[in-house]
Order: sequence, then structure tokens, then C-alpha cells
Amino acid sequence: MLREVGHDGKVLAGGQSLIPVLNMRLAQPAHLVDINGISGLASVEVSDTAVRVGALVRHAALEREASARHTLPLLSQALGNVAHPAIRNRGTTVGSIAHADAAGEMPAVAVLTAAVIEAVSASGTREIAAADFFQGPLETTLAEDELIVAIRFGTFPAGTRTAFLESARRQGDYALAGVAAALTVADGVVGRALASFVSVTDVPDILDLTEAVRGQEPGGIDWSVVDDLVQGHVSPEADIHATADYRRALVGELTRRAFARTAAPEVSA
Amino acid sequence: MTTTSFSSTGAEPFAADASIEPLLSISLRVNGAQHSAMAPARRLLSDFLRGELGLTGTHVGCEHGVCGACTVLFDGEPVRSCLMFAVSAQGHDVTTVEGLGNDPSHLSPVQQAFAECHALQCGFCTPGFLTTITAFLEQHPDPTPDEARECVSGNLCRCTGYQNIVKAVLRAAELRREAGAGEAWAAGASEAAKATRAAEEGTR
Ligand SMILES: Cc1cc2nc3c(=O)[nH]c(=O)nc-3n(C[C@H](O)[C@H](O)[C@H](O)COP(=O)(O)OP(=O)(O)OC[C@H]3O[C@@H](n4cnc5c(N)ncnc54)[C@H](O)[C@@H]3O)c2cc1C
Ligand code: FES
Ligand code: FES
Repeated sequence: MLREVGHDGKVLAGGQSLIPVLNMRLAQPAHLVDINGISGLASVEVSDTAVRVGALVRHAALEREASARHTLPLLSQALGNVAHPAIRNRGTTVGSIAHADAAGEMPAVAVLTAAVIEAVSASGTREIAAADFFQGPLETTLAEDELIVAIRFGTFPAGTRTAFLESARRQGDYALAGVAAALTVADGVVGRALASFVSVTDVPDILDLTEAVRGQEPGGIDWSVVDDLVQGHVSPEADIHATADYRRALVGELTRRAFARTAAPEVSA
Repeated sequence: MTTTSFSSTGAEPFAADASIEPLLSISLRVNGAQHSAMAPARRLLSDFLRGELGLTGTHVGCEHGVCGACTVLFDGEPVRSCLMFAVSAQGHDVTTVEGLGNDPSHLSPVQQAFAECHALQCGFCTPGFLTTITAFLEQHPDPTPDEARECVSGNLCRCTGYQNIVKAVLRAAELRREAGAGEAWAAGASEAAKATRAAEEGTR
């Protein structure tokens, strides 16, 4: 079907990004291929290595899924920041990654968890690593005739704690800046510290902060050491809500707080 | 898979005329009653409710999901009716603000709380607040002031201000508790809805 309609066709999932674009006449596709009637796309499967999220799993359903929360807490930590409940009830997690908005939370989570995107087309199936998927704001390597059937978010090694923090003007709005952080502790000391960002990079990517803190006891770290590294990594743009400098300073501070949270003994991941 | 054809600026001419644009028969349950009407595939649920079904209680502000005025309950959960096509609601259950209670002498707890707390002025945004808060209180019968504020963070009001609306959320929770977790009201409301429906049927 997607091959037949080609460039003039669009997949309709939750419609929470696509229908606003249509309503504002920013895009006028001749065909919409509504996938909501396809059975088998609405399941969440949890294993030791991945949480596999089908294309019709709504943000709200994934957020509620207890086994996914347990295996990969970063999913629900981030999902609580995606829009308002009424949007989360329709919008799909897979759709938000397909949409590839630099201000979206889930693309940053996909990259940090080394997610794998499962795509199908009339010519077969293909798996795309999240790191190779995002090309630019709203741009991905998905072909016009490809449908994502599911995304597998990878789990973290044992001893990993995660946090997701963002700052938005109202709860549920797109973030001025946000961060997903993952801290892995082995034998009581930091083995790895990774972060990815929302609204401050064109394409979500991983910043490896391990060298700054490797081998230290997490409780004793002054996390302000990450601030400069983060500020040097991001390339925020200004808009009516905030200047680029403000966003840069904000994301540095959010990252410091996020790691402090992952390192705090009472917060279990 | 279903394909829905759209009028576009490309190959097809823009066709507002029903004789050119194919119409589909769409049936769904709205406020407990079965409704069917013809509409093109591109008709938004919000426009379908207001235009085809004449339920003008659902208001349309922004048409891009931001203001919340068009919020209805879709299979019991709040959604933006401006971000859904009517065809996607085929066979589903929709509750609009009219379905929360249409009888001034028997207001729902949320409606009652809005009246008591002066939580509306022009009323444009109110249908979206009422549906959103009604669904929220089902899940969170005893919200904290912070939760009450967060519950309405997805709805815009341009004249009342939010203090009284947040107060109304808390007052509605109180009224629900007084009425026995909303049971008494729900029973009354379904009676009221039946009576309204009977009256409507009578006038047809
Ligand atoms: C008021 C408002 C506030 C929002 N705030 C946020 C926010 O803070 N953070 C955030 O991340 N998002 C936000 N969103 C967007 C929301 O999360 C969307 O639901 C999500 O980005 C897209 O998911 P969808 O299922 O609605 O996709 P759709 O709108 O149906 O589709 C979006 C795009 O992805 C494509 N697509 C969808 N599914 C597939 C698939 N399986 N295979 C191939 N292509 C596919 C579509 O063709 C389309 O191009 C907001 C939306 C609104 C209206
Ligand atoms: S009209 Fe639907 S959210 Fe504003
Ligand atoms: S009462 Fe006028 S917009 Fe809310």
C-alpha cells in the first residue's frame, strides 16, 4: 500500500503530530494509510535485553506497563514528560520516534538505549540502529514505503540507574531543554556515564561523560564537572521561548542534577 | 489497512462538493446513544460532532491539540477531537460535554464545582475542562493541589484565570466524595440523560 501511494502517502498512527500539520495545511498528502486497524501492533514485550514496543502502543499505555517500568525505568521517567495525558492517550511512542522531532523526548531515549527500529516494506524487513536513524530535525533514514512495526529499546547493564529531567514552560509542553542520563556502577565505582538530550541538539546523540568520573564513588562526585562538557556538546537554537545561551546553561544544570539523582542512594532505578 | 483519500493540491482538484468527494457512513455511540451520519474521510471528529451531529458543546479553538477546548472522552479517556478523524471513531464510544449532564437542576460534580467556584467566564474553554477533569477524577479521586493544577495544564483558558479552575477541581473531588464516589450522581445522570434523549426523540 505504502509503495503504491509513494511520496503522496503518509502513515497515520496516533495522529498527534500528523493531524496538526494537516490542519494547518503544512502538508497535503493525497493518501493517509491508517494503521490503527492492524492487529498485533499494540503489544509491549519485555525480555532481559529489550523492551519491544509495537507501533500502536500509545504513550499512556507504555507508561502504565508495569513490566516495562521495572525493566527499563527510563521509559516511564521520560514518558511522563511527553505532552499532556489527552495527547498521550492517542499518540504512539513509535510515532514520536518516526516523527523525529528534536524536541521530542523519545528520540533521545531511543538513542541512549541503543534502540533498534524494525521496519517492513513490500520488499522485506530491515533493522535500523537508532544511532543511524535520525538524520536531522523531522528527518530519518526510513524510506517512503517503509512502516515501523516495532522498536526495541535496549536494557542497561546491571548496576545502571537512569534519570530523565527537563524544563518546560508548562507541565506537558515541549521542553526548553531536557536530558536522559544513565549511570552504571560496578564494584562501587562509576563504570560508565552516558547522556542524551532534548531540544538542544539537531539530532539526538550520546555524550559519553565516563572519563570525567570513571572509577569514582558515585556518592562523592561533584557532578558540576559535567557542566562544561555538556555545554560544549550541545548546539541549541533560540526561539521566542528562550535564547540559545539560556538553553545551553539550562541543559548543563539539568544534566548535573540528573546525574546527582542517579548517584543518590535513596533513588532506586 | 484502510486508505482514506484526501483532497490535495496535487493530482486531484480540491473538492468541497459532496458530489465529488466521496462520503462515508460513520456510526458511533455518543453520550450513550447510537448515531450515524455521512461525512468525507477527512472530517475531523470535532467537526463531525458539531456539524453532522449538531452537538455544539464541543468547542474548537486551535485545531492543533494545544488549547484543549475540543477534548472529549473516547472510550472513557480524554482525547483531542480535533486531532482525530471521525472515521477513526467508527464503532467507538464518545462522551461530549453534553453527556456529562445536560440538566441545569442536576449538575455533575464537576459542573457544580465550576459554578460554585466561578471557574468560568465566557465559557469557551469550559467543555474541554469539564471532560478533562471528569476523567481525571475517575483516576485520582483525591488529588493534591499540585495534581489538580497539573491535571488542567493541557487546557487553556484566556479569561477566567486558573486559580478558580484549580479550586474547582478540588471542590469537584469533594463533591464526588460527598456523593459516594460519584455513584449517586452517575445514577442520576444516566436517568437525566435518558430523559433528555426521550425528550429529543419526542421532538423529532
Ligand atoms: C499539544 C501537543 C503537545 C505535544 N507535546 C509533546 C512533547 O512534549 N513531547 C513529544 O515528544 N511529543 C509531543 N507531542 C507529539 C506527540 O508525542 C505525538 O503523538 C508523537 O510525536 C507522534 O505520534 P503519533 O502516533 O501521534 O504519530 P502521527 O501523528 O500519526 O505520525 C507522526 C509522523 O510519524 C509517521 N509515523 C507514525 N507511525 C509510523 C510508523 N509506525 N511507521 C512509519 N511512520 C510512522 C507519520 O507518517 C507521521 O509522519 C505533542 C503533540 C501535541 C498535539
Ligand atoms: S481545538 Fe482541539 S485542542 Fe484546540
Ligand atoms: S472562560 Fe473564557 S476562555 Fe476560559
